[in-house]
Amino acid sequence: MKFLVCISNVPDTTTKISFTPDNKEFNKAGVQFVINPWDEYALTRAIELKEANAGSTVTVLNVGEADTEPNIRKALAIGADDAIRVNAAPQDAFFVAEQIAAVAKDGGYDVILMGKESIDYNGFQVHGMVGELLGIPTVAPAMKLDLAGTTATLEREIEGGKEIVEVSTPFVASCQQPMCEPRIPNMRGIMTARTKPLKVVPPVGDPARTQVAEFALPPKKQGVKLIDAANAGELIKLLRNEAKVI
Amino acid sequence: MSVLVVVECAEGEVKKSSLEVATYGARVAAMLGTTATAIAVGEATEASLAKLGEQGITKVLYDAEPRLKDFVNNAYTKLIATAAEQEGVQVLVLANSNIGASVGSRLSVRLKASLATNVVELPKTDGGQFVVKRGAFSGKAFSDVVLSGDRKIVAVKKNSLEARHEAGKTAEVVAFAAQLTDADFADAPKQVVMQEQTGGVLLPEAALVVSGGRGMKGPENWHLIEELAQALHAGTACSKPVSDVDWRPHHEHVGQTGITISPNLYIACGISGAIQHLAGVNSSKVIVVINKDPEAPFFKAADYGIVGDVFDVLPKLTAAVKELN
Repeated sequence: MKFLVCISNVPDTTTKISFTPDNKEFNKAGVQFVINPWDEYALTRAIELKEANAGSTVTVLNVGEADTEPNIRKALAIGADDAIRVNAAPQDAFFVAEQIAAVAKDGGYDVILMGKESIDYNGFQVHGMVGELLGIPTVAPAMKLDLAGTTATLEREIEGGKEIVEVSTPFVASCQQPMCEPRIPNMRGIMTARTKPLKVVPPVGDPARTQVAEFALPPKKQGVKLIDAANAGELIKLLRNEAKVI
Repeated sequence: MSVLVVVECAEGEVKKSSLEVATYGARVAAMLGTTATAIAVGEATEASLAKLGEQGITKVLYDAEPRLKDFVNNAYTKLIATAAEQEGVQVLVLANSNIGASVGSRLSVRLKASLATNVVELPKTDGGQFVVKRGAFSGKAFSDVVLSGDRKIVAVKKNSLEARHEAGKTAEVVAFAAQLTDADFADAPKQVVMQEQTGGVLLPEAALVVSGGRGMKGPENWHLIEELAQALHAGTACSKPVSDVDWRPHHEHVGQTGITISPNLYIACGISGAIQHLAGVNSSKVIVVINKDPEAPFFKAADYGIVGDVFDVLPKLTAAVKELN
């Protein structure tokens, strides 16, 4: 079984977000970048399934410039076998999906996994685009993934419940909790990751279909209005008469 | 040229988020000088679909194929794409739901359309451009995005605009057949399991949410959250540490790696307000924080706050709601 796991390089979850003075780009100065937390579920589950299915391999794919390599190496340290970096800054979800589909087509992967979305652009789009480009099923977002031969059983979250879905390989799934407990690299993994293959390939495909014109921060809050705990019921009156939300 | 709206239905009724989406689509159609048609997915009655006229929809297409009752990605994608081609769609509008994201992303490839998800406002169409505002960085920012393709798909975030209700207006309901084959249902679910929701309110659809954190001290105390939620007819939620220790199920976890919600009111009980939790809830219109620690960071993001013990405060709030009702 050949697994392809797509990872994004995103600002650490505790990052205070700011933009360049013209508000056109995210301000990367002083920001620590990590593997997208949703992608960690995909990566760990792929490694667990590789370990359970002898002869399997896990390839990590990232669309990004050279500064993403520390996190690609981290994914290798967690247990992936090799990696591919498409040497381009991600332009939009469609651009990224085209890169993934091109790599997947060439590599003959059976299972393509990624996180539900990235925590920076929150698109929740790439999984479906890759599935459609390759003409294979997509299951999103998946909370559980088991494999028996070429048949996968997944739990897919729906509003208010879940669907149990069975698909044959090849397929794409976007992953979320509680699929597995993400792993952290150990010292042996960090040492071996240094020598694992990381191939850099040029981008392919069409121009992006969306462009960010401007970023903006949410308006600042006015400040909290505190209500005395002894008179807590007053809050309900304020929510009805002042905030008008109940 | 037209605007096509995907409306999701369950148990015969149109979902609340789809009433918002229908309103959004009708308003975009008015901006473009055209009309809005809907394509219904899921289980719907003709009467519930006709009522979409109240949101400004003129015509509703409905395929009564029984296997479309539950979500089937391939079949839904083909159904909507067929309707989009038939209607000569210019703008396709759907909910930023799990169904909307699943079919929207496939449709964007099939229809060669620009796609924006997580959209929070009506588009700006000045200067011939089509620009939408969407949430980014897990609710910590917004971006204005230009959709440059000839066709555009917009996935609207829940509770971003209020559904219009123009009483007495009805839409024409038209039978629609997308000529679906067995192959289109190859990824049909084997089983659908619905989870119990507090007071029957689905968290992703809820306009009001009461949420608990580790300050609730244990699952045995959750009845205090549920009682307030039931009195308010609100959904219930929890922070990540609470779902990690299985006090509450995963589907109630709101935050950066849980569900992102944007209700009109979010009441956080015993939650300190880590930045990852805030990321999932900070687009709520009004935030109330109840915490005995006056230094809890969540108070900085709150509109209203009570410094006090949740075990003392929550029963008082529930009693006050009951009194008001």
